[in-house]
Amino acid sequence: MSVTPPKNKLWWNEPIPKSELVWVIIAFVWGLIMFFMMIYWHVYGEQNLSNEAYRITAEEFTVKTEAMVEKYQVREESGYPVVRPPPGEDIYMIARLWQWWPILELEKGQSYRLHLSSLDWMHGFSLQPVNINLQIHPDYEMVITITPTTTGEFGIVCNEYCGIGHHTMLGRMYVVDNGGA
Amino acid sequence: MAIKETYRTCQTTGLRVYKSAEDLIKINAVVAVVFLLVGGIFGIMVALTRWKAVHLLPADWFYLALTAHGINLLVVWIIFFEIAVMYFASAVLLGCRLATPRWAWTGFALMLIGAIITNVAVLQGDSSVMFTSYVPLMAAPSFYVGVILFAVGALIGTFVFFGTLVVAKNENTYEGSVPLVTFGATVAAIIAVFTIASGAIILIPTFLWSIGYVNHIDTLMYRTIWWAFGHSSQQINVAAHISIWYLIAAVTLGAKPLSEKVSRGAFLLYILFLQLASAHHLLVDPGISSEWKIFNTSYAIYLAVLGSMIHGLTVPGSIEAAQRKKGYTNGLFEWLRKAPWGNPAFSGMFISLILFGFLGGISGVVMGVEQINLIIHNTIYVPGHFHATVVAGTTLAFMAVTYLLIPLIFRREIMFPKMAQAQPYVFGLGVTGISLFMMGAGTMGVPRRHWDISQADAVLPYDFPGVANLLMGLNGMSALLAGLGGAMFILVAVGSIFFGKKIVDGAEKPVAEPEDAAVLSKYGSEEHPAVPGTLVLVAVFFITFVLYYYVNWKYLAEVWPLR
Ligand code: HEM
Ligand SMILES: [Cu+2]
Ligand SMILES: [Cu+2]
Repeated sequence: MSVTPPKNKLWWNEPIPKSELVWVIIAFVWGLIMFFMMIYWHVYGEQNLSNEAYRITAEEFTVKTEAMVEKYQVREESGYPVVRPPPGEDIYMIARLWQWWPILELEKGQSYRLHLSSLDWMHGFSLQPVNINLQIHPDYEMVITITPTTTGEFGIVCNEYCGIGHHTMLGRMYVVDNGGA
Repeated sequence: MAIKETYRTCQTTGLRVYKSAEDLIKINAVVAVVFLLVGGIFGIMVALTRWKAVHLLPADWFYLALTAHGINLLVVWIIFFEIAVMYFASAVLLGCRLATPRWAWTGFALMLIGAIITNVAVLQGDSSVMFTSYVPLMAAPSFYVGVILFAVGALIGTFVFFGTLVVAKNENTYEGSVPLVTFGATVAAIIAVFTIASGAIILIPTFLWSIGYVNHIDTLMYRTIWWAFGHSSQQINVAAHISIWYLIAAVTLGAKPLSEKVSRGAFLLYILFLQLASAHHLLVDPGISSEWKIFNTSYAIYLAVLGSMIHGLTVPGSIEAAQRKKGYTNGLFEWLRKAPWGNPAFSGMFISLILFGFLGGISGVVMGVEQINLIIHNTIYVPGHFHATVVAGTTLAFMAVTYLLIPLIFRREIMFPKMAQAQPYVFGLGVTGISLFMMGAGTMGVPRRHWDISQADAVLPYDFPGVANLLMGLNGMSALLAGLGGAMFILVAVGSIFFGKKIVDGAEKPVAEPEDAAVLSKYGSEEHPAVPGTLVLVAVFFITFVLYYYVNWKYLAEVWPLR
């Protein structure tokens, strides 16, 4: 039994039952397939997280973000600047207790280099309802290239617990259709 | 060394049970159940708060309760129980005395003191940092002190286990190799040493930081090392509860492994590959290369997953073989239909096996895919997944084995046998609900650890789809059912242990089929196993796995392109 020493002291010499052997092989091959799926997606898939990141201080990141806001602000909403940078531009979003700042307005079908960093604690960038989720650290600037393919108003929820105001930490992003131009 | 200690021989199983081991198994198991009760109450409060129509707790209490829930269940309940399991798998199964009972008591005391200190810190309200205690969230220094003491105590327990293996070997209390269950427990213990070391490496500096001796802790470094601790400890749980599956199958049905070599090999894969798994918590963190992520998140090439998939065949396979030997040979599934479904040890074990594999295992592999993690990370899908592993899998297996320990170690009859019979079903159904509904809500983007997804207090509110709220409501209802199942367990366990009818030698009610233990103990691997029913089950599992895996790739493909 499983609770008693094996009767056959040389149990490692016993042959493996065929059904088990077949399953081990199937499971092993499936593991290989799943492993290569991830590599395959890096080559042919469109959703891969970039590895681009830099060390940065809160001050440096604030300066960069504010420069963008100053240059491209188009209006204000609930006390937040709404920023509409030209396509292809580097865009910035600050995570801090308990805001995603500023509001970005992007064009459908265009790509942007989005820089994300936290000024204080860890936060969770969760773009809804698209459902892209990223871990945002202080002192690290993460850079991803995004291409919105749907238009409308998007919410940015914080999904890393960041203290008592965590559930109030929401941001916004707009994607507008510019006729694909 | 003098071995004056007294032992008794269990009438049912023929096992020799020493007093020192028996006492320590009892105390660790009882304390574990107390913390299960505490943590369970917090869990129900958390679930009811996330049910929009109820929204039970205010925000500060919610985060406090969530911290208390995670710590008391994931850490305290499980580890106390695992210590009991380790002592059982060594001293009782090998029929020897426990090495250095004094140290075992010291370890126990440290764990208890640590657990109490941390609980006090959490309840005081200034340590609502969740069980992960990510910096720079800072808890009271005593929070970390408690966790560290607890870990030291657990480490001592682990070494007592190793010591006991040595004692058994030196005193020749068994012949040949240790039983499979003991082997599995040894694997759990080896992983525990690595785990606790990682915990010390990260928590000691964090403690020093909380009292001002260290002024900065890098958040990415913290998450990397913390999860070397946090994830490995999950692999302890897996090794422990799989050992318990084998144990229950053996005791209730006389099952023996189809092949000792395969089952042991599968356990070994855990030791070799699980340390890599810290990575699947870091898949969407900045500045980590994809090569590292892919290699590590897949445990090399899914070799630890391979281990679990093997047990997924060998555990039910050993049951089928034992049942067929008893004459249940009709069709594919007579062996399963005629299994002792009225015995809560067996039903709990089998439900644990099914839910762990189908819900916990598949979802875990899928969310651990480097790219798919983008659409799952930190949503409530994550707690949905791990309630299938650590609650339906580990916790239910521990409950099931308790129904065996009560007659064998506590030497009491089970009180309220009807309630005990129903308990695994009620709890299993409730947990199935909480894991499925949380996973469902997670696919709609609902965040975990979040007091109010209706965002009533936010400047820029976002409305989740109505279905998400519905799912969170269903989650709340399932939580009540799981809570009921938990309460039934605690009532039966505590009732039997303290007020159950005492079992006197010679009058023990057999827990196993009345077979002669001496004969059973001769068996090693099953001789000519034919397990067609199990192969069908495994095929169904495999198809489900493959389909669900590719469905999630399809979901991912619909998301905005990013690179
Ligand atoms: C009556 C049974 C239980 C219910 C109703 C329940 C319910 C919940 C709910 C609703 C959450 C919150 C998810 C969130 O807001 O992020 C949660 C979190 C959690 N649960 Fe449970 N749970 C139960 C049992 C358990 C058990 C037995 C364990 C461990 C063995 C466990 C471990 C955890 C952990 C580790 C968390 C995460 C805490 C965190 O995010 O910091 N739960 N549970
Ligand atoms: Cu936040
Ligand atoms: Cu947050």
